This record gives sequence, C-alpha cells and structure tokens, in this order.
Amino acid sequence: MSELLQGNMACARGALDSGCTFYAGYPITPSSEIAEHMAVALPDRGGVFAQMEDEMASLGAVIGASLAGRKAMTATSGPGFSLMQEHIGYAAYAEIPCVVVDVMRGGPSTGLPTRPSQGDVMQARWGTHGDHPAIALAPASVAEVYELTARAFALAERYRTPVILLYDEVIGHLRERADIVPAVPVTRARPTVAPQEYRAYGPSPDDVPPLADVGTGYRFHVTGLGHDERGYPTDDPAVAGALATRLQRKIDRARDDIVAFETYRIEDAERVIVAYGIVARAARRAIDEARERGVRIGLFRPRTLWPFPDRELSEIASTRSLLVAEMNLGQLVLEVERCAGGARVDRYLRADGRPITPLDLLGALEAA
Amino acid sequence: MTNYRGAPPPADPPTAIDYGRWLRPDLMPHILCPGCGHGIVLKALLRAIDGSRIPPEQLVLVGGIGCSSRLVGYVDLCTVHTTHGRALTFATGIKLARPDLTVIVITGDGDGLGIGGNHLIHAARRDIGITCLLLNNGTYGMTGGQTAPTSALGSRSTTTPAGSREPAFDACRLVEGAGGSFVARGATSLPLDLDATIARALAHEGFGFVEVLSDCPEYFGRYNRLGRATEMLQAQRARVIGPRPEIPIGVLHERAS
Repeated sequence: MSELLQGNMACARGALDSGCTFYAGYPITPSSEIAEHMAVALPDRGGVFAQMEDEMASLGAVIGASLAGRKAMTATSGPGFSLMQEHIGYAAYAEIPCVVVDVMRGGPSTGLPTRPSQGDVMQARWGTHGDHPAIALAPASVAEVYELTARAFALAERYRTPVILLYDEVIGHLRERADIVPAVPVTRARPTVAPQEYRAYGPSPDDVPPLADVGTGYRFHVTGLGHDERGYPTDDPAVAGALATRLQRKIDRARDDIVAFETYRIEDAERVIVAYGIVARAARRAIDEARERGVRIGLFRPRTLWPFPDRELSEIASTRSLLVAEMNLGQLVLEVERCAGGARVDRYLRADGRPITPLDLLGALEAA
Repeated sequence: MTNYRGAPPPADPPTAIDYGRWLRPDLMPHILCPGCGHGIVLKALLRAIDGSRIPPEQLVLVGGIGCSSRLVGYVDLCTVHTTHGRALTFATGIKLARPDLTVIVITGDGDGLGIGGNHLIHAARRDIGITCLLLNNGTYGMTGGQTAPTSALGSRSTTTPAGSREPAFDACRLVEGAGGSFVARGATSLPLDLDATIARALAHEGFGFVEVLSDCPEYFGRYNRLGRATEMLQAQRARVIGPRPEIPIGVLHERAS
C-alpha cells in the first residue's frame, strides 16, 4: 500500500503494527511526532501512553512495562539519548526487550535541535558503561523507517535485548510516498516450565532464555547487578564472566539473522561510497550522475550499523577503494577502516547541521 | 489509578507470621550490617502483606539502589532491583501495563530524595496506585556513610567532616505538596504500629507513601557518636512518641484518590 507519510509517523505506525502497546517518552525535537502519534493512537487500541518527567523515567517505565509483558518503546534525540544510556545498559544486562528510537540532531549538548546529524553512531554502540553487544538499525527512507521499526521490535523480542533505531532528522521529518508492507508481529518466548523450575537467566540452546511476565505466577528476580541463572545477585567471577560472555555470544551467533545491508551498482564499481540514512540517498544520486560521465562507482549501505556488516564490506573492499560519507566528524568510518583490509578509505565528513548533498559527494569524488 | 481491588479492608496485621514462607533462604546471609534498622521494616512489610491476603502472584516488589533497596531481592515474589533513584519509574511502567497488580517500591532517602527526587515528585503528582516505602536512615550507607539530603543539619559524615551545613528534606511534606493522596510516617522503634501503617498504604488506591525512620548505627551512628543500635532506637523512640512528638508519625495526610 502506497501513501504519503512522514518518517516519524512511519515509525509510530511500524510500532503499532508490530503490537507495541506501551509508549513512554519525554518531548524532544526532532522526535516528538512519534510521541504525539502514539498519544492519539494507543488509547484506542487498549495501549498505554505515558509522558514521563524525563528520559531516564521514560526508559525506566518502558522496561517496567516490558517486564509486565508489553511490547514497549520510547523515542528521543541526542540529549535524551545520553540520559537513557543507564537504562539501555540495564535492559541489555537484565535482558529486557525494548525499542529506543534516536532521531539524530546536531550535537554535542543541546547542539542544533532542528538540524540533522549522524553524531550518535558511536554512542549507540558504546554509550553505556561496561561490555555488552548492541543492535542499531539505520533506515534511509520513510518506508524503511516503518520496516526497520517493525524489525527493531522483532529483534528485541527475539533476542531479549534493547534495540536502537537510529535515523537523522531529515529522515524523521521527510514526507514521501511510501510503499508499506504490513509488519508481522513477533511474539516473545515465554517459559513453558513450571514456575518452581523457571530460570530467567538459565541455559538455553540459543542463549536466549524465555522471559516470564511479572504477575503470572513466576517468581523471579531482575537486577542490574551481576546475576546468576535465577537472577540472584553475585560477583562470583565464574558467574559474572559467563554472563558477560553469554550476552555477547547471544548476539554474535545471531549475527547473520540481524545484519542487513544494501548495495547499489557495485558489480563493476572501482570505488564504493559507504553511507547510511539520508546520506545514502544523496549518494545514489551522485552515483547515477557520476556513472553518466563514465565513473564506475557504487554504494554500500549498512541497514544495521551494529552489528556492522564487516565481512560483507571486507569482501567488497578487497577489490575496491571506499569513500565514507557521514554527517559527523568520523564515526562509522572507524569501523569501515577496521574492515577495509588494506583498501584505500577516503572520508567526506560534515558536522554543520546541514545534510550532505549529491553535489557535495560529486565534489568529494573528484577531489579524492 | 487503582490499587489492588477486591482486597478486604485492612485488618490488624498478625504480629507473628512464618517469615520463611516469604523469603529466599538461598540468599542468606543478607548484606545488612548488625544493628541496621531495615530488617525491622522488611518484617513489618511481610506482616502487612501476609495480613492483606493479596495473592502472591499479584505482588511485585521494586527497589532502587542502596541498602534499603536491596531488601526486595530477599523476598520470594516477582522482584525488580533497578537503577539508582529510578525504582518508581520501573514501577510506574509495571503498574500502567498491569493495573491489577499490587506494586510496592522500597527506596531509601538517597535513592528516593537525592538522585530520584524528581521521580518521587511525579509519582506523587500522578497519584499512581503504587505503595512506596522510603527508608530514611539519614545517610548513604551502601557507599560508606556520606551525607544525604536527609542528614540533619550539623550531622557528621565522611563528606561533611565538620558537620552538614544543609537542612534536611522532609519527605512527607514533599510528597503531600506534590499531590500524593496518602502520606504516612513510621519508625523502626515502633514496629507494630508500622505494620498497620503499611497495611493502610497497601489498601489505599492512589500513591501510598510511607517514610520509615530507620537507623544506620554502623556509619551514621558511629560518625555522630550516637551509640549502639539499641541506644539509637531508644533515642528515635523518644522523638516520635508522646503528646507532642518532635517528629510526627502515623498517617499524616489522606484523601480519596
């Protein structure tokens, strides 16, 4: 079904169609349309909308609602995303599914509230203290905001983990015709054993133990402390180490299910632009124009920034040089360089709150 | 907002119950220091819960960070040990998602009035159907006895070696001012009165807030030369009893939610 839609509206729609029935948030530009849409839509569907007192409270309420069995989300932008890091770490460690949307604006600090950036790429990966894997998805169109919001819920519920949806202000406020393929809701795995046998953090073939809802007769403990299979606190090195390792392994072994990317005209390309979000749209246009002049160039667009499609990019880089274009002073390029082997990696970086244009990229291709 | 519906009106809680039925023996010994007042509060809470006849599967206990917040982990129910100051936010999410559940928050004075003060204000303003016990021992015990928002003016701690120069918070007046519909204060020196106060908070439909005066002999008491636990309890008792007590206890404010 094709319709005219705004990016943030598509996010709210994708969440609702995924079975999200709980939203808690705090107003912040340029994400507020998501909250406003959820405030209208959720009560009619038996859902709950709560405007909280700040971003820590927002994600705290989301985690609480998720523990009570709801598919739950919040949305924010840079300053609020910083405040949410504590609870993102909690959700990762205590393994509580939730979706956090970060509509990126210029930073640091209050920065450029109405202007786009891609400055939160590394915060999405390393914003919390301690070690845990991260999942961050990066849509580049309104239709893809819908698709990847649904994907975020599916991954969160499937792998008992927070999932971050990361897109820039341009994508959030973009209105365009979008072909929407209705989301297929994913149901969280609940325990099938008797309550007295239940281990909320017990062994599981896929390293994802089922999560019981509170208030259903299963008695268990949830904590942000190091914990054993029952969730009981411990700082036993064997238990703490095994937990940290399992959390990493849980996402590592699911890597091929999670990782997604797109390529464009790379078959005969000598050079490949690596871009995501709105910059990837500019890159496609630049590639088409450059090819009319005989330049053999293509695009690699990660749809998951974390985990990063490293093996796939490595293969592409084995015979091609790369140009990384992003709206920050060099974040994803560090990951690209890690995967590039010995390939040449150029950068086109911009952190002035203005989107990178096709003309910018054509100039960068000629200069480099 | 609704609290547990269908519960019988609060009867006098039993004075003796089978505590083991409510606890996780695997987690003993607990982390609290000898003389700590928090165990008295936990026992009073368990007596109140036991007497309430609320089905255990309907109960969720939520704590923040600190000595008092660790109590939740010892209770054999659905228990959520959250982040510093933010127990009420998790509890709000649980309650909004499942209004039929009885959600009890255990927080401390640093947790609930320092780092989490904003959440306490807004939980009271929303008058959400959560029971909140704030255990006030006037110090940050878990981290070794630093000054707290509730430390008395002039009191000594590791971070106020010359005595606190800041006045202390009055948690009850704060919660009443923010809109909480049930505000009470109890004291570990009067544990059976505490049972009845907690029972009333549990039965209340809106935000049921109980500040409990507790003692930290290990840090606050030692740094301020207040004697051992029994002497601190006797001193606390002297401040809360009598016709015109220095610190009023009991239900201080109650209105229909």
